[in-house]
This record gives sequence, C-alpha cells and structure tokens, in this order.
Amino acid sequence: MADKIRLIARLEVKNDYLVKGIQLEGLRKLGDPHDFAKEYYEAGIDEILYLDIVASLYNRNNLSHILRRTTEDIFIPITVGGGLRTLEDVHAVLAQGADKVAINTAAIKNPELITQVAQAYGSQCMVLSIQAKRRRDAEGWEAYYDNGREHSGLDVVTWARRGVALGAGEILLTSVDREGLGRGMEDELIRQVADAVPVPVIAAGGAGSAGDIAAAAKAGAAAVALSSLLHYRRTSVGELKQALIGQGVEVRR
Amino acid sequence: MNPITIIDYGLSNLLSVQRAFEHFGAAVKLARSPDEVFAAKALVLPGVGAFRDGMQGLRKLDLVEPIRQKAAQGTPLLGICLGMQMLFEESEEFGRWEGLGLIPGRVVRIPDTDAEGRAQRVPQVGWNRLLPAGGKQDFDRSLLEGIRRGEEVYFVHSYEAKPTNPADLLAVTVYGGRRICAVARRGSVTGCQFHPEKSGRVGLNVIRALIEAAG
Repeated sequence: MADKIRLIARLEVKNDYLVKGIQLEGLRKLGDPHDFAKEYYEAGIDEILYLDIVASLYNRNNLSHILRRTTEDIFIPITVGGGLRTLEDVHAVLAQGADKVAINTAAIKNPELITQVAQAYGSQCMVLSIQAKRRRDAEGWEAYYDNGREHSGLDVVTWARRGVALGAGEILLTSVDREGLGRGMEDELIRQVADAVPVPVIAAGGAGSAGDIAAAAKAGAAAVALSSLLHYRRTSVGELKQALIGQGVEVRR
Repeated sequence: MNPITIIDYGLSNLLSVQRAFEHFGAAVKLARSPDEVFAAKALVLPGVGAFRDGMQGLRKLDLVEPIRQKAAQGTPLLGICLGMQMLFEESEEFGRWEGLGLIPGRVVRIPDTDAEGRAQRVPQVGWNRLLPAGGKQDFDRSLLEGIRRGEEVYFVHSYEAKPTNPADLLAVTVYGGRRICAVARRGSVTGCQFHPEKSGRVGLNVIRALIEAAG
C-alpha cells in the first residue's frame, strides 16, 4: 500500500472561538469552531484536531461542549489537546467523544503520563505534541511548552524518541518558527524526527500550498495539520486534494 | 423506525456510535441486561480494548447466551472493532479466549512484518480501502450496500479475524501486502473491523443500513 498523506484540520480554540495567531502569538478570532470543523468534514478532511490553547494556563480543558456538538454531526477521528494533566482529564475527553489526546506540557513535566495513557487506552490514543523552536546558539531544535512560551531544555529529536519509547503512538510536531506564516514547513525538522521514530509524524506549522504539503510528505510526514491555509479560505480541502494528486501525492479520495 | 439497541458492557465508548445512529433519526437504547437484549429489534456490539476484557464484560452481565439466541433468531447484529472480533470462536490475544462463536474462525495478531518480510507497524491505524471478497463482486444485499469497491474507512486494530468459511468474508482490506478481514458476515450477523462511526460518509452507509434492517 502506498502511504497516503493524512490531512488534519487543526482548530485552536480560545473561549469557544476558533482563533489563529502567528508563531502562536497575536491571536485573531475567526468564528465558531464547530462550523469550520463541519465544513472541513463535509469536504473530506481525514481528521480533526482541537486544541484548547488557553487551557494550560487555567489547568483545565474547556472543549466539552464543542466536543458534544462534534459527536452529533462529525464522524471522523477527533484528537483533543490543551490542558490535559492527568489520566482523569484524558478519560473525560475520551468519554465526551474524542478518539485521541495530544499532550505537550504535562508530558514534559511528567513523562510517566505518556505511559499511563498508552497503557490505559492504547498507544494509538496517545499523541505527543512537541512545539519546536530552532536553537539560536546551537544546532537543532528545542521543545517548548505552555503554547510556545516556556522552554524545556529538551532537544526535540531526543524528546520525540523518548516519548515513543514511553508509549506515544504519534508525534504532533509543530514548528513554532514557521507557524501561521504559510511560507513552507520546516522540512529538515520533519525529516530528523521522522527518521528518529517508527510512529507517524504529524507535521504542523507553515503549510501554505499543496507544494509545501508534498515537501513535508517527502521529508517523512505521515500527516499534515492545516490551519491558516483552510481557516482563511486560501484553499479548500477539495482543491488541496486535487492539487496533491496532481503532484503525485496520494490522499484519501 | 425501530430503535437500535447498543450493548453496553462497560468497556467501550458508546457515545460516537450512539450519535451516528441518532444522526439518522433512530432512537438508541442501551442494553445492560438479558431482557434488554431479548427485546432488541437490532443489536450493536461496539468495543475497544482487549478481547478477554470484552468477553468477561459480556459474561458478567449474562449477555452471552441472549446475544447467541438473538443471532439464531435472525435479529440483525452489528459488531464493531473488538465487537466484531468477539463474534468469532476464539482469540489468541493474551492467551486463548472463547468468543461468541457466531462466525466460525479465530482472531490472531497482525504480523509484525509485511508480505515481503519488512517490519510493519502494528496496530494498523488509519484509512484503508474496502474490497469485496469471498467470491463477491460488490457489496449488494449486505450492510455495505451503497459502498463502492475501493472506498476508504477508518481502522484501529492490532488483531485480525480469520473466518474459516470463505463465504463469510464480505470485505477485505490490504495492509502490508496482505489481505485482512475488514467485514465478515454470516446470516444476520455482520462484523466490521473498521469504525463505521468514524469513517465519514462511507461508514455512515453501514449505520443507515442497520437502521433499515431493524425495520
């Protein structure tokens, strides 16, 4: 089977609004997240990713009523992230209809949580979210948390490898430097992480065209998370799939 | 429209399955007792997790015999993912465990290597194609009616069912160069290895077909 690239709509949510920033800063309100998610679902997106981006400040995930609406009319895999600290938090969002959880901050502070989630719900449920910023003073990338505000000191490739050893079934890899710009993804970062781990890497940050997605796929991404490109209606899911097929990249039809 | 009865044995997340039926206007009942199973016009056996835990969950609620009787009476029964695997005679997941035995065959682990001997990822997670099997050319007169060959559905599984009778194999998918049972069917009993409630428009075909079968 030729590997198809999965297209994931990434919806960052703040207080019930879909928001989008640049490099995770300067958030703009765009509307009702459910309306956007439903449109992408009907147009053939492969998965939906909801991130409650203020949750980690308040230590709670606040997506429950968005999730409830999602289960009513969106029938594809749903991943939820933001502010998930404990196994109980994970259980709560899964019971509300999520299929997977994406965890960043709590995984850095308490890596055991990765193993706990994988053992309780299977590794396919445990997505390790890594916010990567290129180091200024040295080679490589450093993992950030609290929505790109705090630095962990962890090397991204090393952390990805360790996360998978602990039980992560996928890596959601966001390039903070490229995020929101739509000028291309950080292909070298994608390549290094994809080469280092045997699990799928979901590349995020910077996709501005089908060509950018094709380049990420070539670098080893199994999936690409899209936000500005779709939310600002620079293209549609249908157009994007056509363009990818035109460039020889397999997608779900 | 008759209600759909989802068997709730404490193991799986029912919400998405329930919502998929409600999406088409069907009423959903949850069954936790033999009487509730006996009263059903159509049964759904969902499930995620380990085979042994699933069967123990059914036994604890005394649901194994009622489900067998309903299947023997011709009540439409749809098993999903682990619920599909439990329709078979036995599984080798963590030892050997007896299943419901409604479809002859066993459940085995997906090999760690593909058809050419290269390492492959287990579980299979993701979208994959549905192809007619067991001598069938299409999915007519089954719960897959309306789905075209090659359309894709969403799988998450580490074990695969091996039906003994080729005629019970309704659809396969190809993973690592090998055919894997995607849908098995015997009489009124149908098992989907994929998740119809997470497979978009294609999966919803199966949901709607069960509602129609429920009368």
